[in-house]
Amino acid sequence: MKVAYWPGCVSRGFTPELHGAMAKVAPLLDIELVELDRAACCGAGVIAEHNQELADTLNARTFALAQQVQGAELMMNICSTCQGAQAECQRRLDATDEYRAHVNETLSAEGLQYERGINNKNFLWLLVEEIGLDALREKVKRPLTGLKVGPFYGCYIVRPVRRLGIDDENPRDRYLQMVIEALGGTVIDYAGVYKCCGFPIVTMNKKASLTMAGRHIGDALDAEADCLVVPCPLCHLNLDLQQPAASKVVGRELGLPVLHLPQMVGLALGLSPKELGMSKHVVRPKSVIDWSTSVVAGAGAGW
Amino acid sequence: MSEPREFTLRIRRYDPQSGKAASWDNHTVSMKGHNSVLDAILQVKDDKDGSIGIRCSCQQGICGSCAVRINGKPGLACSTHLQEAVVREHHGGEDGTITVEPMGNMPVLKDLIVDMDAVHWKKIRRVTPWLLAKQPVPEREYIVPHENMIDVTQTMACIQCGACVSDCLSMEVDPGFIGPAALAKAYRFVGDPRDAEHEERLKDLSEDEHGIYDCTHCFNCMDACPKGVAPMSQIMRLRRIAGSDHEIDDRNNGHRHELAFVKNIKKNGLLHEADLLPDSYGGKLHPRAVPELVSSLPTVLTAMQRGKVTPAKALLHQHKAPKEVKKIFETIDGREQRVELNLYISGIEDEPDRAPHTDRPTPLVPPAPADKSPTFEEAPADKSPTFEEPDQPTGPDDSESEQA
Repeated sequence: MKVAYWPGCVSRGFTPELHGAMAKVAPLLDIELVELDRAACCGAGVIAEHNQELADTLNARTFALAQQVQGAELMMNICSTCQGAQAECQRRLDATDEYRAHVNETLSAEGLQYERGINNKNFLWLLVEEIGLDALREKVKRPLTGLKVGPFYGCYIVRPVRRLGIDDENPRDRYLQMVIEALGGTVIDYAGVYKCCGFPIVTMNKKASLTMAGRHIGDALDAEADCLVVPCPLCHLNLDLQQPAASKVVGRELGLPVLHLPQMVGLALGLSPKELGMSKHVVRPKSVIDWSTSVVAGAGAGW
Repeated sequence: MSEPREFTLRIRRYDPQSGKAASWDNHTVSMKGHNSVLDAILQVKDDKDGSIGIRCSCQQGICGSCAVRINGKPGLACSTHLQEAVVREHHGGEDGTITVEPMGNMPVLKDLIVDMDAVHWKKIRRVTPWLLAKQPVPEREYIVPHENMIDVTQTMACIQCGACVSDCLSMEVDPGFIGPAALAKAYRFVGDPRDAEHEERLKDLSEDEHGIYDCTHCFNCMDACPKGVAPMSQIMRLRRIAGSDHEIDDRNNGHRHELAFVKNIKKNGLLHEADLLPDSYGGKLHPRAVPELVSSLPTVLTAMQRGKVTPAKALLHQHKAPKEVKKIFETIDGREQRVELNLYISGIEDEPDRAPHTDRPTPLVPPAPADKSPTFEEAPADKSPTFEEPDQPTGPDDSESEQA
């Protein structure tokens, strides 16, 4: 399937391994990525905090660019924060014709128009709803047998429930668990699954921010997780890049690898940890690498 | 009408004065799915164990006394149907057990009763929860623009149940955080044109290290609130008015972070993280930034060592905002007045239950009240369930009103 692909900022900034991993995984899942390289930051809630119309207009522009991609079935992102921030703007843009016309007036300077009702899905949603777990299972070359994975969603992709379309028909707050199981892994349930990584307040209240990250990692370790998996690069920054600092704040040793969702999928589809950029993590994913060399005959980790 | 069926309640028991650890009691009740969790608790209390502690009064979702955690999520026991409660926890409660616990973030007095005075009411008092009227007081009534009144009605819908406080993730790590209920209450006065002390209120809440900039955008309060108050949206309004209207340069870097982020995107189109951190502290050479940057050095060095960040990537701006993006910033920043769509006022077309008031025009630009309060028009959505259609459980959150 062809998708208008919005990688977000951080996947091309401080978590370049995410962008790289998605590019490697997409062809294995028959996803054609058409990157929206002229689009701008979603605002991550901060631009809306400054000026709501500005955030709405920037995202309407991104949506309009996505709608121009010929043959694309939908727009796909790889960041919980983009998903949530864009869903919030879309809710306003789709709410009234008058407001949409007002925003489109600004976009018309560039010859762009946003048409109501874009279908914008995080890679996680696309995996379950478009590709399907059965099709995903069939593509697994190296099941994650014995790998204990703690899901970590990120706030923006699980709340508010109604805005994100989470219901019995689409239990999007269970998808990470479903994907881990489909890939052959073991789901670790722990206190932090649906909590906040703390990233949004890292410049305002670093102690509170890193306490959040440190606690969730500690809880996952106590539940004997080998690693966490996140669909959000901002969570990855606080959980991986800041993990040594978080360890100091909560006063305990941590050292839990954190995988980006496409990395976990890529491992199961047979890609090597190195191809998936796992050497770029601050916390070396040793528990994950050991797993992949030990259980898969002939499929070296390429470490 | 549905037939009675069996539900198992798993109730957390704890009496801090007993010296014993908390424990769980299981009780099975035979009730209809549309009966409430409170109905079930009261039946158990009447028939099996009168010692269960629960606070309740109206049993109609009005008084706010009976908020508890039901299968992991906070809510009013009297307004949560048993059939809804069974499937409440992230679609994982299929075994039919309904776990009832006291709310979080507040000390337990007994069983399901928490100490609201110690946390919730203390924080409410913190925000000066009364009108500080403009002087001179008019001889007759104050005239308040209709839009402003509807806007503050959203926060006035609060029934002080504490559900949002229970699940606030910032308060979980920082008990000093003023929190969602009290900050929503603060907006009730900052959004009210009759109040004379907007700037003082905002300065106070911005400068407090546990104030408006302590909210981490987790949205838990939005989903927790049984009345559609959307506390996080009110906190974002407070930030917007504090930063953009009153330009309060707080000591917590809140407003600086917001400005640094906006400037960063205007310049680069995409976020250039290497600039965001120092700029949020006032710039690379600012006295505030230096210790912060030094303390971040180990993190930065590890990132470089791993090849996550290269010096070139950190120093050079490889991505430039397209001129069209810059134009959008200029156009919108150049407006005399911010344009905002408040869905609580405007409603949503095509959704009859959230349609706007038809008797009002929907102007795009508000009639310039004292502090550029939200625009548009419309209908408060009260999430109190009715029990008229017993077989239709109420959804988890049907009036998340967007931030404005």
